[in-house]
Amino acid sequence: MKDLSRTNNPYNDEKVISQCSIFGMMDTSGKLHSGKQVITAISNMHERGNGLGGGFAIYGCYPERAEDYALHIMYHTRASRDETEVYLKRFFEIRHSEEIPTFPTPAIKNPPDVFRYFVQPKMEEVHEIISDNDLVARRVFKINTSIDNAYVFSSGKDMGVFKGVGFPEQIAEFFGLEDYYGYIWTAHGRFPTNTQGWWGGAHPFSLLDWTVVHNGEISSYGANRRFLEMYGYVCTMHTDTEVVAYAVDLLARKHELPIETVMDIFSPPVWEQIDRLETQEREYFEALRKVYGPLLLNGPFAIIVAHHGEMVAHTDRIRLRPMVAGLSGDIVYTSSEESSIRLISPDLDRVWIPVGGHPVIARLKGIPGHDIVEGGKPVGGAEPLEVGN
Amino acid sequence: MLTSLLPEFTVERNEDRCIQCRVCERQCSFDVYGYDGDHDVMVHREENCVACQRCAVLCPTNALNISNNNYTYKPNANWTREHIQDLKKQAETGGVLLTGMGCDKPHKIYWDHILINASQVTNPSIDPLREPMELRTFLGRKPDHLEMKDGKLKRMDTPSVQLTTPIMFGAMSYGAISYNSFSSLARAAYEYGTLFNTGEGGWPKELRKYGKATIVQCASGRFGIDLDYFNDAAVVEIKIGQGAKPGIGGHLPGEKVSEHISQTRMIPEGSDAISPAPHHDIYSIEDLQMLIHALKEATDYRMPVSVKISAVHNAPAIASGMVRAGADIIVLDGLRGGTGAAPKILRDNVGIPIELALAAVDTRLRNEGVRNWASLVVSGGIRNSADVFKAIALGADAVYIGTPALMALGCTVCQKCYTGKCAWGITTQDPYLTKRVNPEIGTRSLVNLLRAWSLEIKELLGCGGINSIESVRGNRLQLRGIGLEQWELDTLGIRGAGQ
Repeated sequence: MKDLSRTNNPYNDEKVISQCSIFGMMDTSGKLHSGKQVITAISNMHERGNGLGGGFAIYGCYPERAEDYALHIMYHTRASRDETEVYLKRFFEIRHSEEIPTFPTPAIKNPPDVFRYFVQPKMEEVHEIISDNDLVARRVFKINTSIDNAYVFSSGKDMGVFKGVGFPEQIAEFFGLEDYYGYIWTAHGRFPTNTQGWWGGAHPFSLLDWTVVHNGEISSYGANRRFLEMYGYVCTMHTDTEVVAYAVDLLARKHELPIETVMDIFSPPVWEQIDRLETQEREYFEALRKVYGPLLLNGPFAIIVAHHGEMVAHTDRIRLRPMVAGLSGDIVYTSSEESSIRLISPDLDRVWIPVGGHPVIARLKGIPGHDIVEGGKPVGGAEPLEVGN
Repeated sequence: MLTSLLPEFTVERNEDRCIQCRVCERQCSFDVYGYDGDHDVMVHREENCVACQRCAVLCPTNALNISNNNYTYKPNANWTREHIQDLKKQAETGGVLLTGMGCDKPHKIYWDHILINASQVTNPSIDPLREPMELRTFLGRKPDHLEMKDGKLKRMDTPSVQLTTPIMFGAMSYGAISYNSFSSLARAAYEYGTLFNTGEGGWPKELRKYGKATIVQCASGRFGIDLDYFNDAAVVEIKIGQGAKPGIGGHLPGEKVSEHISQTRMIPEGSDAISPAPHHDIYSIEDLQMLIHALKEATDYRMPVSVKISAVHNAPAIASGMVRAGADIIVLDGLRGGTGAAPKILRDNVGIPIELALAAVDTRLRNEGVRNWASLVVSGGIRNSADVFKAIALGADAVYIGTPALMALGCTVCQKCYTGKCAWGITTQDPYLTKRVNPEIGTRSLVNLLRAWSLEIKELLGCGGINSIESVRGNRLQLRGIGLEQWELDTLGIRGAGQ
């Protein structure tokens, strides 16, 4: 098996430490927006990154091929592309493929070749009962762990991840993201402390249509990782963000838990608070902590997790990393810094700092549940700000 | 009979300080001291001294100094004083040498070769005086996943027990230790919110009010067992083995079986209480499975069933089988685990260090994908809160402490538990000696110990930027090895310091 840690972790650290800026934007009415605003917002937090990683996730960007899995693959050699395409042809029906258009800029050095494939998994050679999603996830893991110099960094339907080594605004320029349209955008600027930076190691991290951007260092990494390994996840990248992405995949996709519950697992209330709750709620948190305690994310973090229909901004339970939320009509913003939100949307209905460990969840209208929720309570543009609940 | 043994310890009395109050004479249960009225002097029989330090501690004028006898045979790296003395004892008696407490040989203590991490810059450390620090621990089988139905969690059907701190009192039976010591452990565990273990000597009725803090043992002797014995407790533990004497049973001499002990153990007064080496209904893994399920049936599946083994060479494979056989808690007792009485040759030579066994078992259970089916408890050689922290980071859910708890009650590890003469009143049934442990004070000392270690564990968590013990459990990245060879690092699953 190839060792991705050599690429992403040249010094063989126990994990790659990086700190960051994150930004998210969702139009809960489903209206598509160009990348212009998000690029402006994330570039306003330039100082939070150091040019060793930037990236974007866009939902709703491939409406004409919405039924196909869009695989974004980076190749560092021509041979790796040949090998990967043989694999793809064997296990997928490729409906369309092309090189992702790029616009070379002086800042971006030595980029990999980046291709996208719109595919359906082939059921031939499969002798078990398995869902399309599970099958695609398995094939993606296979490519990422066994084909040298090839890396699948996006694999959802009607969504795409674009990322690389550079400041986020440079990555946006390189991929021409101003001309992409989506109803959810998340963005990331990275400050790794010592790695040289590898294109695959930039955020967002993605599996199927789930993406994660992350700012922080998860001190429970060792415990989280060993728990996930028990469920078959191979943590090749040595980053805590990878662990968050897999934990979301395990809990939300495989164990079918709602996103609120996933966040409650990541940052549950402390026992002193749980002990004061009503029976049903107390039993809920007790059960979560008993069964999923190893996935409690301890240490400082702020994350934005997205998949089709939902965007979630979340912090650790004692809020050691910044997160601000803003509201303007149907649009929800989440950001490391308030200034970035105000820069692109000066007339906000509301802007607030969510309570630590209380996720802010934005949902597409029409999906059951309230459109915008914080800590389990609906948030409306006109409602007064509640502090410290 | 003339003996060729030399006294192990020297008793020095400062005659200027001695006031001849004869406290030493009354306190020494090993018959070291006497008073020679004709000459008005205290006399010593040094050959009886065990260095328990009872006399020195209680001497009101600090007149006594008990130290190693510095006699020497001709120095010899092979034939040490201990080997020569043991050999002569056996030539004189023709018997198996007995001893008490855990292995005292200098086998490598891995705790002392493991260092703990702290946070600097990229993640902040947390001050336990300002922020919540959570030690709450649950023992028992956990399901692989939870299910939601109509927005509500489906009920978990696996029972578990809650601990305030991941430290429990290990199995020490009433009989091996005195009633006052036993009841102090029960009360302290109850008061602090953790568990104590009855050992295999039954469970006195009047202590059943501490049931929610009690683990009852089902060992090969099956002493004191009836349906209430199980159902009044919080956890049932099947004892297969003990770290100090893997593979052999136990023997409580008849002279220790008083009326109360006889009632508690359900055996005739004055009769020897013999625990066979194996359970005679467990000769294989499937037999164990049957006993586990018999106990679950007997307790209506309301409580976890634990299985305790000593840490032996193939512990990982055995533990994996135990989990599959239905054990909700696995207990590993290591090479340095204590005992009331064991053949010295076994205590010092059989079994493996708990650190290595723990790491190997945790790794195996994870590789098999069954680690969450059972909790992992370790014992045998835990000396302080850092040892507890390291054990948890290697993968343990909680630890048992035995010797440290006895030390809180007065024990000085003189290793004479098997004589029944414990001068500190702990491992004896002599009423003159047992009253030396006051259960009120004993309870307080034990609670103090739990509190002090728990506070220290919170400091260790905080310095690593972690505020909940579950984020340390199995988090071996918090540890680094020092002075270890590669195979040892590999077995422990940790990196070397600086790596």
